[in-house]
Amino acid sequence: MAGEGDLKLLGLLVSPFVVRVRMALHMKGVSYEYIEQDVIDKGELLLKYNPVYKKVPVLIHNGVPLCESQIIVQYIDEVWPGTNGSSILPADPYDRATARFWAAYVDDKLFPAWLGILKAKTQEERAEKVKETLAVVELLEAALAQCSNGKPFFAGDSIGFLDLVVGCNLLWFEALRRLFGVTFVAAGKTPLLAAWAERFGGTEAAREVVPDADKAVEFAKKLMASLCSAPVANAS
Amino acid sequence: MAAGDDLKLLGAWPSPFVVRVKLALSFKGLSFENVEEDLGNKSELLVSSNPVHKKVPVLLHNGKPICESMVIVQYIDEAFTGTGPSLLSSDPHERAIARFWAAYVDDKLVTSWVQSFRGKTEEDKSEGTKQMFAALQTLEGALRECSKGEGYFGGESVGLVDVSLGGLLSWLNATEEMSGTKIFDPVKTPLLAAWAERFSELDGAKLALPDKDRMVEFIQKRQAQAAAAAAASQK
Repeated sequence: MAGEGDLKLLGLLVSPFVVRVRMALHMKGVSYEYIEQDVIDKGELLLKYNPVYKKVPVLIHNGVPLCESQIIVQYIDEVWPGTNGSSILPADPYDRATARFWAAYVDDKLFPAWLGILKAKTQEERAEKVKETLAVVELLEAALAQCSNGKPFFAGDSIGFLDLVVGCNLLWFEALRRLFGVTFVAAGKTPLLAAWAERFGGTEAAREVVPDADKAVEFAKKLMASLCSAPVANAS
Repeated sequence: MAAGDDLKLLGAWPSPFVVRVKLALSFKGLSFENVEEDLGNKSELLVSSNPVHKKVPVLLHNGKPICESMVIVQYIDEAFTGTGPSLLSSDPHERAIARFWAAYVDDKLVTSWVQSFRGKTEEDKSEGTKQMFAALQTLEGALRECSKGEGYFGGESVGLVDVSLGGLLSWLNATEEMSGTKIFDPVKTPLLAAWAERFSELDGAKLALPDKDRMVEFIQKRQAQAAAAAAASQK
């Protein structure tokens, strides 16, 4: 595609943060070289291109690295605005602020809660984290009602920034259900999110990018084993 | 500012997050109504405007609430593009770098500095202090990169990162005075030390930054309260 330059993405296929960036790139129809990283035993490339956090995703555009998934998604939206007919962030400043507010909430509250389920050392700790995750999901049901205003997605008629930020956690909800029998999004308790989750999963970008939940289960088992054997830095 | 633009800021004068918003409004030359909240007895307006976090700052623009300091700062920049200077470059790469470092200030500097104050043990606190100085060292490098030889993270004029870090200045200066240890050490972090002085001299900053002595008094009072509470809970 014209103006693409050289694009590489350092990632982990099951990472929700990587999924959201890959979906954004897919929405723009932009091609890139994907390089899977070992996040438990980090390699040279990751340490070189993200010395501050040593995490994935890292987008390398013409040799220049960009880190932090929400920042990368906004960058993608700004470099390829309206490409493929898709705009990721809303145009209106107030809608943008609303999307950013909830995106910050998801990454600050939802992700640590469900990751805590994986990292829990006791049953009590696990139960606490499950409770925490459910409370956040309940709030997101209300956010969806507010943001979507009766339309199919957080962003309206088609997926946008907040859909990507929330939606990339769904494969992990399914993985956690398979591992621990807990359900976070169910038609009974969170009907809007349940319907939205199906629609999200059905989008072309999601079908193309989101890995099967059993890959996440596989990674989870690896992660939990590594946490038992030795103290390890944040693997995400 | 367009006729009928009503800006109200729900805040608390010591909060660095509130100061960030005041800095942004000030640099953009926007007038607003300042509403001082009693955080021990939050107003109905605050709670209904920020039901998720119930925290300050909250900016109300024509009655519509925006929450989270850096979300508010970006909103101010985007909603008032015609007014005053831009806080973000128009170049996507520079914007991404600015957003990265603005977030770094919260993730690494604020977190470690809070730990240095509120750590449960002396060990926790000194670990916080150690990490705070490491973060400042990293920000020194960021300033060198971002400023491109000019005076601010934003280059010739202030930008997003200057606002993000600038919000903390009064707290950091007060901490410096109370501990006797330089935080913006001109030997270890010369660019940051010069930046801190330069930033504080800006008219926009003078309007927004709380007075250092008032800050010291506030922190001492808070520490005394925390010590009393800790002592009481041990009885």
